[in-house]
Amino acid sequence: MAAEEASRQLAGLSEVSISEDIPVEGDISLPMGSSRRDDEFSTLDEPVKETILRDVRAVGNKFIHVLYPKRSSALLRDWDLWGPLLLCVTLALLLQGGAADSDDQGGPQFAEVFVIIWFGSIIITLNSKLLGGTISFFQSLCVLGYCILPLTVAMAVCRVVLVGGTGAVSFAVRLAVVTASFGWSTFASTAFLADSQPPNRKALVVYPVFLFYFIIGWIILTFSPSQ
Amino acid sequence: MSAGPGNRSTNTEPWGSFDENLIQGGSSAVIDMENLDDTSGSSFEDMGEMHQRMREEEEVAAEAAAAEDHTPEDGDFLGMKGIKGQLGRQVADEVWQAGKRQASKAFNLYANIDILRPYFDVEPVQVRSRLIESLIPVRMINFPQKIAGELYGPLMLVFTLVAILLHGMKTSGTIIREGTLMGTAIGTCFGYWLGVSSFIYFLAYLVNAQITMLQTLSLLGYGLFGHCLVLLVTYNIHFHFLFYFLWLLLGGLSTLRMVAALLSRTVGQTPRLLLCGTLALLHMLFLLYLHFTYHRIVEELLDSLEGAANMVPIQRVARDVPQVALNATARSLETLLMTH
Repeated sequence: MAAEEASRQLAGLSEVSISEDIPVEGDISLPMGSSRRDDEFSTLDEPVKETILRDVRAVGNKFIHVLYPKRSSALLRDWDLWGPLLLCVTLALLLQGGAADSDDQGGPQFAEVFVIIWFGSIIITLNSKLLGGTISFFQSLCVLGYCILPLTVAMAVCRVVLVGGTGAVSFAVRLAVVTASFGWSTFASTAFLADSQPPNRKALVVYPVFLFYFIIGWIILTFSPSQ
Repeated sequence: MSAGPGNRSTNTEPWGSFDENLIQGGSSAVIDMENLDDTSGSSFEDMGEMHQRMREEEEVAAEAAAAEDHTPEDGDFLGMKGIKGQLGRQVADEVWQAGKRQASKAFNLYANIDILRPYFDVEPVQVRSRLIESLIPVRMINFPQKIAGELYGPLMLVFTLVAILLHGMKTSGTIIREGTLMGTAIGTCFGYWLGVSSFIYFLAYLVNAQITMLQTLSLLGYGLFGHCLVLLVTYNIHFHFLFYFLWLLLGGLSTLRMVAALLSRTVGQTPRLLLCGTLALLHMLFLLYLHFTYHRIVEELLDSLEGAANMVPIQRVARDVPQVALNATARSLETLLMTH
C-alpha cells in the first residue's frame, strides 16, 4: 500500500520538466581574484623544499623560454624578479676581479653593474609605457632582466677564454661570442616586448633595448682580468 | 536529455554550458575571474590599491566586530572610558585615512608619467627626418622657424652619446678616482643637455625671445646628433686633422641650424648676438672638450712620437702614429702583451 502510494507520487514527479538551459547539476564555484592570497595561507603547511622548488621551477621555465624565444605569454603572465636578480648578481660577480686594486680600474664595480642594469631596465620600461605600451611595469622589468641570460653565459665563456690568454685570437673569439649573445638578447626581448606596442612604433621601443644590451655587451667585451 | 527548442549552441554537453550563460547574460551568476585579462594596462599602483582596499574592508569589518564585542564588557565605566576609547580609535582612524589620502594624491600627481606622454608621441619616420634635418641649417630668419617639441629623440641621442663616451673613456684608459666611469659619462651628457638648455632658456627669457623650455631641450638634444657622429668616428680613427675637419663640418652645421632657429625667434641685434653667440660657443666647445679630455694621454705622446719611429714600450696606447690606427682595443691588448 505504502509502496503503491509512493510509486504513484514518484510517477507524478516524472512529468515535471526541467529546462535544458539552466544547469542543475555540477559544481558552481566562484573563484575570486584574491584566490592567490588564500593559496599563500594554505601553502604554509607544505615543506620548505616544495616551496623553494616551485619557485626554482618557475624561474627555470622562464630561462628556457628566453633560450628558445618564441611568441608565448609565459614570461609576461607570471612575472617574477628572482631570475633577473640572480642573473644581475651573477654578472656583477663575474665582472669582479678585474684589476681589483684601487689604483687601476680595469673593471666596473659591483654596484656599477647593478645600477646600470636596474636603472637601464626602468628607463626602458618608462619609455615603452610613454610610447603607449600595454605592458605593465614589472612585466617589462621581468622580460628585460631574463633576457640578460645570453650575455651572462657569454661573460662566463669570456672568463674561461681569458684564462687561456689575452691575444688577438682570444679577442676575436670573445668578440664573436659577445656579439652573438647580444643579438640573441635583443631578439629575445623584442619577441616579448614588441607585441605590446602599436605596430608602427616598434622601432622606437627596440632602439633603447638595443642600446642597453649593447652597453652591457661592451662592458663584458672590454673586461680585462688583473694579473 | 534532448536539446531544448531554439538552442543555438554547438556544445555537446546536455546541460548547456557556462559560455552560453555568459553570452545570454541573464541566468547565471558565474563569472570566472581567471578569464579576465587583467595583465594589460594594469600597473602596480592599481594592484596595490586593490589590495589596500580589500585589506581596508577587512580591517573595517574586524574593527566593527571588535567594537561590538568590546562595548558590553566595559560595564560601569561604559559612559566615560568606553566612549573615549572608541572616540580615540575613531579619531586615530580618521587621521590615518586623511594622511593616506593626501599621500596617495601627492603620489598620483607627481609620479604620474602621463604628464610626459604627449612629448613621446612620435613616429619613427619623424624621428629619422628630424635627425637628418638637425644637420641642415635653414636660412629663413625673418619668420619664426618651427621647432619640434618632442623628447624621445633628444633622450635617445643623449643615451647614445653616453654609450659613445663610455667607449672613448675606456679605450683611452681613463682612470676615475672619485666615482665611476658610467656615472661620469651620464653626468657629463645629461648635465650638458639639461644645464645648457636651461641656461639658454634663461637667456632667452631675459632677451624676450619666443622659445619655450621644451623647445630648447628638443633643439639642443637634436644638436647632439652631430656630436655623436663626430665622436663615433674620431674615438676609433685617431687622426687629428680628421677630427678638426669633422668638428668644423658637422659641429658647425648643427650649430648653424640651432643658431638659425634661435635667430628667427629673437628680435634686436644685441639679444641675437648674446643668445646665439653663447649657444655656438658652448656647443662647439663641448665637442672639443669631449674629444680631448679622453685623449689627454695621447697629447703628451704626440710630441715624443714625432721624432721616434718606435712605440715606447712603457707608455700606454700609442695612437697617433703616422698611419691610421683602426681599432684601439686590439692595439691596446697588443701593447699590454708587450709590456707584461
